[in-house]
Amino acid sequence: MNALSACLHDPILQRAMLACLLIGFANGYVSAYVVLKKSALKVGTISHGLLPGIAIAVMLTGLSQWSVLLGAIAAAMFIGLGSLFMSRTSRLDQDTALGILYTTGFAAGLIIIRRIGIRQKLDEWLFGGLMSLSDSDLWIAFGISVIAILFLTAYQRSILVMLFEPNVAMSVGVPVRWLNYGLFGVVLLVLVSSLQAVGCILSVGLLVAPAATIYMFSDRPAALFYGGGLLGALGSVIAFVIAFQTEWTAGSTIVLFFGALFLLAYIFSPKYGLLARRSAA
Amino acid sequence: MEMTPPTPHLHGDHVCWGHAHEPHRPHQLAVQQLSVSYREVRALEDISFQTECGRTVALVGPNGAGKSSLLKAMAGVIPPDAGAIIWRGQPLRAAHQEIAYLPQRGEIDWRFPITVRGLVEMGRYAQLGNWKRFQQHDREIVEKALEAMELQDLAKRQISALSGGQQQRTFIARALAQEAHVLLLDEPFTGLDTPSQEMLQRLFRSLAAEGRLLVASHHDLSNVREIFDEVLLVRRTQFGYGTVAEVFTEANLAATYQKSLS
Repeated sequence: MNALSACLHDPILQRAMLACLLIGFANGYVSAYVVLKKSALKVGTISHGLLPGIAIAVMLTGLSQWSVLLGAIAAAMFIGLGSLFMSRTSRLDQDTALGILYTTGFAAGLIIIRRIGIRQKLDEWLFGGLMSLSDSDLWIAFGISVIAILFLTAYQRSILVMLFEPNVAMSVGVPVRWLNYGLFGVVLLVLVSSLQAVGCILSVGLLVAPAATIYMFSDRPAALFYGGGLLGALGSVIAFVIAFQTEWTAGSTIVLFFGALFLLAYIFSPKYGLLARRSAA
Repeated sequence: MEMTPPTPHLHGDHVCWGHAHEPHRPHQLAVQQLSVSYREVRALEDISFQTECGRTVALVGPNGAGKSSLLKAMAGVIPPDAGAIIWRGQPLRAAHQEIAYLPQRGEIDWRFPITVRGLVEMGRYAQLGNWKRFQQHDREIVEKALEAMELQDLAKRQISALSGGQQQRTFIARALAQEAHVLLLDEPFTGLDTPSQEMLQRLFRSLAAEGRLLVASHHDLSNVREIFDEVLLVRRTQFGYGTVAEVFTEANLAATYQKSLS
């Protein structure tokens, strides 16, 4: 309880917890899309690829929230579209091209970051920096959450039909290609925000686990979105308090916490859990 | 262009689900010199036929003949290379809410977290778009569709927990909820047991009697006569089109399948 009251009174910790709420909700909400789209690995790949973009942007324009954001977006576009282009213009498939592009970029990013002497920042991008967030970091996280949730809510029907069966979606006039671009953009923005919380190595955890956990309980797509968001927000805050109490790294604790929740759901869910299926079979 | 929602009305001896303000006009579907490529390979060449609502049309031909591509082109999934698909005097794409496309069972992700009712409700999205509210009226239509397909007791089931026939009925209920006038079905009879096949056959009859047009790819030659009114024989290009009695002959089938059937 000491940890909780400390968190509630210390301004730095308050800020970090507010960030957990915002970033957790946005990531949890969008995780429903990532789970239904079955694109967890691709999102993981892109999140690693953000590092070189950030490094180059910082090298060119100096360290600021905006250079980080723009660098991340540029890198994701470069890796996403670059791999698509490579697969179309060679005999390689897109996954292979992605695998080469993102590791090459990641390696280059590591070297650049050490060269320009922001070692300490490197750790934050790799593992998250919840304790050192500025006001503008919070505002960016807030803006990203608003955009992501508005977009996914406004187009939820089209998105659901498309996720279920793209051909059926096209037959009823859903602009599948544009919607996919829009959704890619939203995932990108949310990745940038989770980068601040848990870093690029663990960001996929935050962007997959919440909805995957709800998926073990529900057959309603809407429950995946809202449930994912709520679980993402609450889970992040709880894990943050645990991290403070135990003095573990906050980002790792958050992802570990979600991983543990998912495992519990995977085993014990009364509907789709391992035990329920075993006893039904 | 502003479209009024389709309302059922009498057309000849059957009820039509199209626009009430032009009941004198037969609801005709015309496919004109259609050519379609799939993955940069020409899948269909110069397909032309004309039919109207109230009928059931079978697309018959060997595997890889382009039956699925034709359905996808009609559903607006693949853009045609040449030709036109005209529904009631306009390109079919202009009335996309009137078309329901039912993919092959193998193309559907049955583990998707959705119930029978959820899937049927999706049919309303074509009419409502993203932002119109889901109202009492929509709930009633969904309820009627579930009832017509005898799915009320299964409404809460996740879609993988259904038999093949029930799954097919769920998709048809989705089309009913959409108030679709034209149903494009890819191999609807495949993988069903005999009772389910007979059930679906009766369903085809009653849907056509309500004034809907059903176009389905079909590979079981033994029951084409019982199920369908018309047949389009296809292997990349067309080998005959007309009523089953006229066109579904040994000689035409031998030409379509490039071999004697005996």
